[in-house]
Amino acid sequence: MSVAVQGATGKGSRERDQRPGLLERLKRSYARHWYAYAMIAPVVLVLGVLVFYPLVQGIWLTLTDANSLNVARHIGVNEIPASYQYIGFHNYADILWGPGSYDRFWSHFVWTIAWTVICVCLHYTLGLGLAVLLNKKLRGRAAYRMLLILPWAVPTFVTVFSWRLMLSDGGVVNTVLSGLHLPEPGWLTDPWAQKAAAILVNTWAGVPFMMISLLGGLQSIPAELYEAAEMDGATRWQQFRHITLPGLRSVSSTVVLLGVIWTFNQFNVIFLLFGKGAPDAQLLVTWAYRLAFGQIPQDFAQSASYGVILLSILIVFTAFYRRWLARNEQANG
Amino acid sequence: MSTTTERPAAAATAVPAARPAKFRPRGESSPLSKALSHGVLILASLIALFPVGWILFVSLGPDKTDYLHPGQIFGKLTLSNYQHVLADTDFFTWFGNALLVSGVTTVFGVLLAATTGYAVSRMKFPGHKPLMWSLLVTQMFPIAVLIVPMYTMLSELGLLDSYTGLILVYSTTTVPYCAWLLKGYFDTIPVEIDEAGRVDGLSPFGTFWRLVLPLARPGLAVAAFYSFLTYWAEVPFASTFMLSSDKYTLAVGLQSFVSEHDAQWNLMAATAVLIAIPSAAFFYLVQRHLVTGLTAGASKS
Repeated sequence: MSVAVQGATGKGSRERDQRPGLLERLKRSYARHWYAYAMIAPVVLVLGVLVFYPLVQGIWLTLTDANSLNVARHIGVNEIPASYQYIGFHNYADILWGPGSYDRFWSHFVWTIAWTVICVCLHYTLGLGLAVLLNKKLRGRAAYRMLLILPWAVPTFVTVFSWRLMLSDGGVVNTVLSGLHLPEPGWLTDPWAQKAAAILVNTWAGVPFMMISLLGGLQSIPAELYEAAEMDGATRWQQFRHITLPGLRSVSSTVVLLGVIWTFNQFNVIFLLFGKGAPDAQLLVTWAYRLAFGQIPQDFAQSASYGVILLSILIVFTAFYRRWLARNEQANG
Repeated sequence: MSTTTERPAAAATAVPAARPAKFRPRGESSPLSKALSHGVLILASLIALFPVGWILFVSLGPDKTDYLHPGQIFGKLTLSNYQHVLADTDFFTWFGNALLVSGVTTVFGVLLAATTGYAVSRMKFPGHKPLMWSLLVTQMFPIAVLIVPMYTMLSELGLLDSYTGLILVYSTTTVPYCAWLLKGYFDTIPVEIDEAGRVDGLSPFGTFWRLVLPLARPGLAVAAFYSFLTYWAEVPFASTFMLSSDKYTLAVGLQSFVSEHDAQWNLMAATAVLIAIPSAAFFYLVQRHLVTGLTAGASKS
């Protein structure tokens, strides 16, 4: 492993070999980094074999018309070779501007973006509010913390299943609503109510992570800052605005990034809440899954194309987000 | 009795007087804001608790439509659902499968990731940044990117519907994730320890193995618990790749109550509770460390 990497760096720096002692420098660099490369070798290997190779394979699939009828498969003892063929970027073109692309892609795209923005905003504000409360000197703080963390502690598919029972027609949520003489939406059947229900459930499930992360951030802000501010006569709001929020910046930037990634790719909530129904409430990721495993013939190529598009969106977002963070950091010293 | 009724009144009148609050010690809030805080926290706790409590309650009703008229459950509380699930279904097979798959994945992931986490935390080497980036990017993989090629690959290798196949698939996310998490933990261990080890003549690997790894035991435990809990209840991959019912993990087995026995909600509820208990217990054991590991790793990248 290390030898291969060493060779690669050698090739890269060959143009500048007028500097004396290239061999010497390589030897020194090899001696210095040998351990590092040996130590990362297992993960690089796993990433290469289990992630990179399937990724390349997946990207290749998106350039073909592969589906369950033409991939290599076994029927009984007979082995049928793959018969799909290269069709260029047709899948992407078809998804992005082919006939019916609004229903198949753009409507899900808009919903996925809206879902991500709404959920992450709710997660963050509710999580921050609860974290601030938990950071006060209150009696029973530990007990509140234990209870509030519960949605995170119980596996998602258990809690989503519970929500499904609660939100079903005649379930406890609608019973309460009818008791209050409020309208009873069909949470699991009506397109708009489905979206509201999905956001509700995901918010419920996602707040504890934000809350605990931000609480950790709050506790690392030195108390002297607040004392000094109080001496200078700062109000509670000013303290929050000028001490708490800046103090949380590094934690916030991380959890918001993770939150966006996880929410954008959120599979379990939608999949478990609606099962095979609710075409309108499908996010891009569940929609892609459905193309490959929820219909016959299974459209592997299109599904993988959706996946590649999703991944590209996230990578572009992350790159911009990190650049924006770096700029902010500079601006704020 | 009369004194106790008088107290709150006195306190209430004292509130406006104490309003300027110049003499209140820092961190103490006025009774009004305290009451408000308690109110919000109690409400939030109830909302957090309710769905979990609800499924526990429904699981005690013997009939599959009991969740629609919960009032009747009080009259006929029973553990018969649990009895049925434990005695008449493949629950223990599913339990064993989930334990096997998530256990092996965890051990594999943590073992492989530990050295990498250390190297990324302590050493500067060409390729450091790309490696950190690829560890981050693998967290972004939507399930749709890998699931199709993995499916075709596994079916070509004949690994569909096998434990090995599922473990390999899980490793794609757990290995980079554990490396990320452990990097965060190693960052919190002072570098002076490594330096002392080097001065005493240990090789970098010896330093890692003899000094740092023992100190990082809590971090390793957290990484292990985290990946264990994730795969204990993983649905999409397991339900796509595990085809025969003797290979089902818990999450997949639970789904089978819907199709096979025309939606036996009461049995599903009981199974769900049985699955949730061990994982919630584990979670509470390590939750204090979970987030620090995670965010430390990310914010210092």
